[in-house]
Amino acid sequence: MKRFWGFVVKEFYHIFRDYRTLLILFGMPAVQLLLFGYVITNEIKNARIAVLDLSKDEVTRKITEKIVSSGYFLLEKNLTGYHEIEESFKQGNIKMVIVYGAEFSGNLQKKGVADIQILGDASDPNTANILVNYARGIVNNYLVSLNVGDIPAMVVPEVRMQYNPELKGVYMFVPGIMAMLLMLISALMTSISITREKELGTMELLLVSPLRPVQIIVGKVIPYVLLAFIDACIIILMGKYVFNVPVEGNILLLLMEAFLYIVMALSLGILISCITNSQQIAMTMSLLALMLPTILLSGFIFPVENMPVILQWLCRIMPPKYFITIVKAIMLKGNGLLYVWKETLILIGFTTIFILLSVKKFNVRLEP
Amino acid sequence: MQAVSIEVKNVVKRYKHIVALADLSFTVSKGEIFGFIGPDGAGKTTLFRILTTVLLADSGEALVEGLDVVRDYKKIRKLVGYMPGRFSLYMDLTVEENLTFYATIFGSDIKQNYHLIKDIYSQIERFKDRRAGQLSGGMKQKLALSCALIHKPSVLFLDEPTTGVDAVSRMEFWEMLRRLRESGITIVVSTPYMDEAGLCDRIALIQNGHIMKIDKPEGIISNYPHRLYSVKTDDIYRLLTDLKEYPGAGSVQAFGQSAHLAFTEDLPDRSHLSAYLEQRGHRHIGIEKTEPNIEDCFIDLMVTPGVDG
Repeated sequence: MKRFWGFVVKEFYHIFRDYRTLLILFGMPAVQLLLFGYVITNEIKNARIAVLDLSKDEVTRKITEKIVSSGYFLLEKNLTGYHEIEESFKQGNIKMVIVYGAEFSGNLQKKGVADIQILGDASDPNTANILVNYARGIVNNYLVSLNVGDIPAMVVPEVRMQYNPELKGVYMFVPGIMAMLLMLISALMTSISITREKELGTMELLLVSPLRPVQIIVGKVIPYVLLAFIDACIIILMGKYVFNVPVEGNILLLLMEAFLYIVMALSLGILISCITNSQQIAMTMSLLALMLPTILLSGFIFPVENMPVILQWLCRIMPPKYFITIVKAIMLKGNGLLYVWKETLILIGFTTIFILLSVKKFNVRLEP
Repeated sequence: MQAVSIEVKNVVKRYKHIVALADLSFTVSKGEIFGFIGPDGAGKTTLFRILTTVLLADSGEALVEGLDVVRDYKKIRKLVGYMPGRFSLYMDLTVEENLTFYATIFGSDIKQNYHLIKDIYSQIERFKDRRAGQLSGGMKQKLALSCALIHKPSVLFLDEPTTGVDAVSRMEFWEMLRRLRESGITIVVSTPYMDEAGLCDRIALIQNGHIMKIDKPEGIISNYPHRLYSVKTDDIYRLLTDLKEYPGAGSVQAFGQSAHLAFTEDLPDRSHLSAYLEQRGHRHIGIEKTEPNIEDCFIDLMVTPGVDG
């Protein structure tokens, strides 16, 4: 046992002496979360719009006011004629133009119908769609509240986005980044640290020592379990206090699931390092085989349901997919183990397979 | 005859089509310094890896302290100290941390066996807080030896411990090995430097996976079949070709600024050789009778087929 702890202490020395590793370990979660949370966002804030008001009456002014005060839009300028619309779009900063027909208020009063046109800059279709929908909603709301003219009785659905009422992107990114980073740290770092010993030739001495293979592997892994676990906590805390992502469910259960996922990723890292002898290959394998699928095929960014069937099958063998499902269920929906036991079992299954394969592959000698 | 520490019988090892070890057999007695002398690629490292149980031989049998390297590898790993050809130190750990680490994983500590490494370690102890990566070659080597010794092994395997180390450190290193022998440790060492052969108790000359000869260094030298002149002139390069053309000349080898010229029969008259060289335009000619060294023997064995140890 003393041997084993001596080995673990040595691993900690390696980690804390290498400032680049430390930077990756603790800088990455913060930077990634901030990046995804603030920069890569599909929410709309302060989109610049222009208004062409040919009527300039009480109602059109009120509607414009409503739109601007919603917080989504910023009135950049008032146009004077149709010819300016094209020009505004071409300048690029105007994302939407609202046109009120002449005699807007009068027509509304007399005929119950008035002309309003909303033009979106569809060179960015997603944004245009969202903007136009927002604007339409605001206009409709206002008209309903006015209750002028003969607006026929209509059903107005009241939409409520369950679990993420404001449709915040961060809600999606926190579980995603957790899955990605824990995978990166655990698999990449362990596989590199084991192959490094092989490359430096120190593995040869470790093999000649009375240390058992299990002790070498577990000793390598323990520091990373701890560090990855700290990272998981950083991400959850940052999510909660910087981005207001709630933890509705049991925090203990969440941490235990994170722990399970970390162990799974570490065993995958060990497996990689058992197969290869070079740091370079270990790194490429970890990045290509783990990172990209984690980002693309886990449902983190692109919904699995929309993918071709073959890819959907591929997604099912991606462990991060299950972890993301679990985290979302616990963090956002407040579910208990009862709802995620299936995913948990699958993760345990992955872990067992990876560990069994690694033990089989680990060489007590230099070559098979 | 002393007790046997290592016994190797008919060990063969191939890497794909290359034969690294071809049917090696030898024994090493307890407490002796046994040297493997041979150029790079002779199979020394492969042999050491087989004996330290990290590599499997294709056929043959090897016993270390009476334990089979395949079956009892776990027990052997507790008994041996190993210093691989590459310095197996952690460059980002300090001198002391490296030593502590190797002591711990072999289930020992520095205090317990400090007496074994005192001679060596005391020389680098003042750098104990320095990272191993910042040590000079000689100091790294002393640290690596300390690390290999710290658990008091019964057998010590040193694979080219002096390669890449300066001449002074090399001599110091060998003095340490001879002192270590006093404590009863069997030392198996390999080196490409022929001049270190004389410092071993017994040596094996190894080439292309074959052991050409095993004997005491003096024994190998006294069995040298030829007689030698050491010749010196102002033009060493031309001298080598001219000597080869001298009637009755055997092998010609350069040793620093002079050349060793071997004769299978009796040495010719010194004045005759001198006249021959003068005729070829050499000046400042110096000719002396000389005793063979290990390198002469090695080269002779290399060119003579059918002489197998």
